[in-house]
Amino acid sequence: MQYQFNWIATVTGEPGRWLWEGFVTTLEVSFIGIVFAMILGIVICVLRMTRFKPFVWFSVAYTEFFRNTPLLVQIFFWYFGAGVILPDSINDWINQLYYWFPGPFTLGGGEYTGEWMLFSSESVSVIIALAVYTSAFIAEELRAGIFSIPKNQLEASRATGLTFLQAYRFVIMPQAIRIVVPPLISQFLNLIKNSSLAMALGVTELTYQATQIESYHGLAFEGFTVATLIYLAISLVVSFAINMYNKHFMLQVKY
Amino acid sequence: MAMIEVNDLHKWYGDFHVLKGINESVEQGEVLVICGPSGSGKSTFIRCINRLEEYQKGTIMFDGRDIHAPEVNINTLRSEIGIVFQQFNLYPHLTVLKNVTLAPVKVKGMDKKAADELGLQLLHRVGIHDQAHKYPAELSGGQQQRVAIARGLAMEPKVMLFDEPTSALDPEMINEVLNVMKDLAREGKTMLCVTHEMGFAREVADRVIFMDYGEVIEQNTPSEFFKNPQHERSQQFLKEIL
Repeated sequence: MQYQFNWIATVTGEPGRWLWEGFVTTLEVSFIGIVFAMILGIVICVLRMTRFKPFVWFSVAYTEFFRNTPLLVQIFFWYFGAGVILPDSINDWINQLYYWFPGPFTLGGGEYTGEWMLFSSESVSVIIALAVYTSAFIAEELRAGIFSIPKNQLEASRATGLTFLQAYRFVIMPQAIRIVVPPLISQFLNLIKNSSLAMALGVTELTYQATQIESYHGLAFEGFTVATLIYLAISLVVSFAINMYNKHFMLQVKY
Repeated sequence: MAMIEVNDLHKWYGDFHVLKGINESVEQGEVLVICGPSGSGKSTFIRCINRLEEYQKGTIMFDGRDIHAPEVNINTLRSEIGIVFQQFNLYPHLTVLKNVTLAPVKVKGMDKKAADELGLQLLHRVGIHDQAHKYPAELSGGQQQRVAIARGLAMEPKVMLFDEPTSALDPEMINEVLNVMKDLAREGKTMLCVTHEMGFAREVADRVIFMDYGEVIEQNTPSEFFKNPQHERSQQFLKEIL
């Protein structure tokens, strides 16, 4: 029996709406995750580079712990486990976030019930897990980039009277960023792809929606193909955009 | 009063005694050449003067102040002492002109236009004003080292330190750098030069000191030192390099 592909039914009607919802949720979870991952990554990297031993130990422990345990376990930990040790006030606050959402609304031609809520405690757990996990890798990439700048650059700039921070800001970082951008892009792309694990908590992102399409409409091949193409498109756009930026603003360094 | 006054300077790297009590004084406008075999501590010695190296015993007075006095701001001190390194150490991400103007703009707060003017003037002085908007990697070694000298001069330092400025250069580029240094010497800049360039020393140095194993073992005028070295080790050293 020949399988009848039905692409139109996959991208229109209810499946089409689900895919759009999933796409938007994936983008939101990923974007917020990337922002927090960068912030945490910078903090962890700075702690590692101080001379204050407890900071260094904390940073090393953080990096090794989160890099070397499965992300899915971390997601479950933040969702099921962390609530137990967090004070009630924080748990209440996280649950509260859910109700900030404005309720049913229309977007992209569809009616939304608000069920796919970004600020559900599930989404918050996933965002925390993704940000923390990825920040461990980002911290290491940043450190590697900074260390790859020869020591004599710091020496030469300090010798002209620049302060430590000025030397980093005007001499070390501009050179390090150029080296760090390509590995950072791959960390960002990993985070976007890893966001598919959010479905394990029932967050209605792209992968979750593809499984829904399979369950309710039987469009397994089409649903997962379209989801795959959407992931591919997001990744290519992100990578292209950052590379262009890097080419225009950062690649003036010549050796 | 001497510009630089070094008293009983000692430095250790762990158990290794690198500087074993240096006493030296450099007058304003004096050109001092420091020579000696590698590992004798001569680079370490001049790097102590702008505190790129810390030392464990002794004092260094610069322009009447102990460089380790609590009221001395290390960044101000360093801006008054220019240094040129063996490996140039230019900033690869900045143009030649920006390499020169970075410190005046960021440390002194000079406005960009005035800094550019100063930068071009200094680049003119070292003979590479027409390359001002190129990047260091586009220049030859000799040109890069001249940019490094201009960068060192940009803060209008009272003293210039030269740490083997021609050792990393191809032979045909050594003279262009030495000529710039000779001009500076003749203009009356106070200079401490770690170098083995005997022609340079003969022509413009006021004094040559010879270091070995962390000590100054001989000092003299250049003509006397080269013609008639007193110490056995300096005799041997001169025999080897000439």
